[in-house]
Amino acid sequence: MTESASAITTQGLIRRFGTTTAVDGVDLDIGRGEIYGFLGPNGAGKSTLVRVLCTLLRPSAGTATVAGYDVVEHPEKVRVRIGVALQDAALDDRQTGRELLVLQGRLYGLRSAEIKRRLVEVLDLVDIGQAIDRRIGTYSGGMKRRLDLAAALIHNPQVLFLDEPTTGLDPASRASVWAEVRRLNTELGMTIFLTTQYLEEADALADRVGVIAEGHLVAEGSPEALKHSVGQDLIVAEVAGDDPGTLARLLALPGVDDVSVEEGRITISTSNGPATLSPIALALGEGGLEVKSLTMRTPTLDDVFAELTGSHIEAVGP
Amino acid sequence: MTTITVGEPAVVGREAGFLRDVIAVAGRALRQIPREPAAVLPALFVPAFFYSVNLGALENLARQASGLNYKAFLLPMAIAFAVTGMSRAPTLVTDIQGGYFDRLCMTPVRRVALLLGLMAADVVVIMGLCLPVLAIGYLVGVRFATGLGGVLVFIGFSALWGLAFTGFPYAVALKTGSPAAVNACFVLFFPLFFLTDAVVPKQELTGWFSAIATYNPITYLLGALRSLITAGWQAGSLLEGLAALAGIGLVSMTLALAAFRGRVRRGE
Repeated sequence: MTESASAITTQGLIRRFGTTTAVDGVDLDIGRGEIYGFLGPNGAGKSTLVRVLCTLLRPSAGTATVAGYDVVEHPEKVRVRIGVALQDAALDDRQTGRELLVLQGRLYGLRSAEIKRRLVEVLDLVDIGQAIDRRIGTYSGGMKRRLDLAAALIHNPQVLFLDEPTTGLDPASRASVWAEVRRLNTELGMTIFLTTQYLEEADALADRVGVIAEGHLVAEGSPEALKHSVGQDLIVAEVAGDDPGTLARLLALPGVDDVSVEEGRITISTSNGPATLSPIALALGEGGLEVKSLTMRTPTLDDVFAELTGSHIEAVGP
Repeated sequence: MTTITVGEPAVVGREAGFLRDVIAVAGRALRQIPREPAAVLPALFVPAFFYSVNLGALENLARQASGLNYKAFLLPMAIAFAVTGMSRAPTLVTDIQGGYFDRLCMTPVRRVALLLGLMAADVVVIMGLCLPVLAIGYLVGVRFATGLGGVLVFIGFSALWGLAFTGFPYAVALKTGSPAAVNACFVLFFPLFFLTDAVVPKQELTGWFSAIATYNPITYLLGALRSLITAGWQAGSLLEGLAALAGIGLVSMTLALAAFRGRVRRGE
């Protein structure tokens, strides 16, 4: 075992399916006790990477370690140390919630008294209530997610993988999952690898965010650092009309770092929004464009993604 | 809020051990049985139906032709109907399709225990299904020449047959992940079972049918079962039956384990 401060590492990790490369040369180094958000649109390679790290898929090339163990050389040691809640709550509808958790505990080698103790602890954490003795087939989507999380936690894993844990959840359930994730991290020091296509989720939870697009890790850093890489402030103008000279005029303004134009929207990146807003309004008016709205905001992770890939992440909120 | 006692060691996961893995998986499978009566009821009805129909249609003829105790002769057929194809393979398909199989594979369970646990549950169910069929036989007057010990060996042989056959549906379940394909496995049962002396004594069979029955291993399984009822302890018949079971079991288990390896490595 490698004793290091890293909970998860990958080096040149590649996973192919036939001629398709789902994960293409990803390098990660995630510290123990960190919440790492893995952000990208559908089909970017997030779930494939998680399945490699959870020993369900072998990498086509490269290496990966989880909790200090190589996922190919010592998958059984990895499995003991990880908890996983996959994208679709993978549960058995015919069991009751309690039966599923007890079975999960047994497969993790827990003795009856330990399972009993952990049931009390995880059920307190995920709040399933009396439904725990009902068949899982009768659960709502939110309850299934919470039970899935409880199953992932039954053995006190060192590293918890949450693959899009709030997809399809209502706002209240989403807030509940967020609170649980924070609590697991702060109270138990658990390393959490969280994939999401929701920008605000990564922003709210993650210590660091990795942005993946078409299998490549295109950026990595704290949410704040990533957003600052786009600029301190963004001024967004919704416009009608066409003026080829506008772009050059805007770029020539003092304080303007970057300008992007797409379908009636001009986004200007600036280090000082309040000071630049008025000159920008004038520059837009000079070209004869009809300015429908002009707003100033701080950058989001979607801006980061757009800056890096030229496209937006479709899902903007659960 | 739960209070965790200070000084109490933290619960941590570990490998449970092969036997505990198998028992845990089998326990889950057995808990489902009372919740899915439709999976078991046909195994109670079908043998009773075929036993009654064949008895009603052929008993007098068999008695006149060869003085055969047809009630005893036919009982192994009823048992075979009860236990053949009784497997949790459809459950495995559901687990694969729903992703629960993946969840189990991410635990430290010895992966082959996921298959063997289901098979262990099948054996328990099969042994249970023997009891009503034996009760029907007892009610119509069938008695074992080998006594209670023979009844137990009879149940043991039946369980081994059920286990040997069940490798086929598991192989199909793991290979295809398709419930329809698993159900189609029962088709295998017909040539294996009906091209034997299941209904008519071997000496009465003629031509091609007799030749096929001679080479059909099920003929020897049925012969071993019958010997326990009608002839007493016949080592030769029992060994032939065991050899037949070993042959079929070897084929089906090889296929099932190969399909299992393919399934868990498909992802890898």
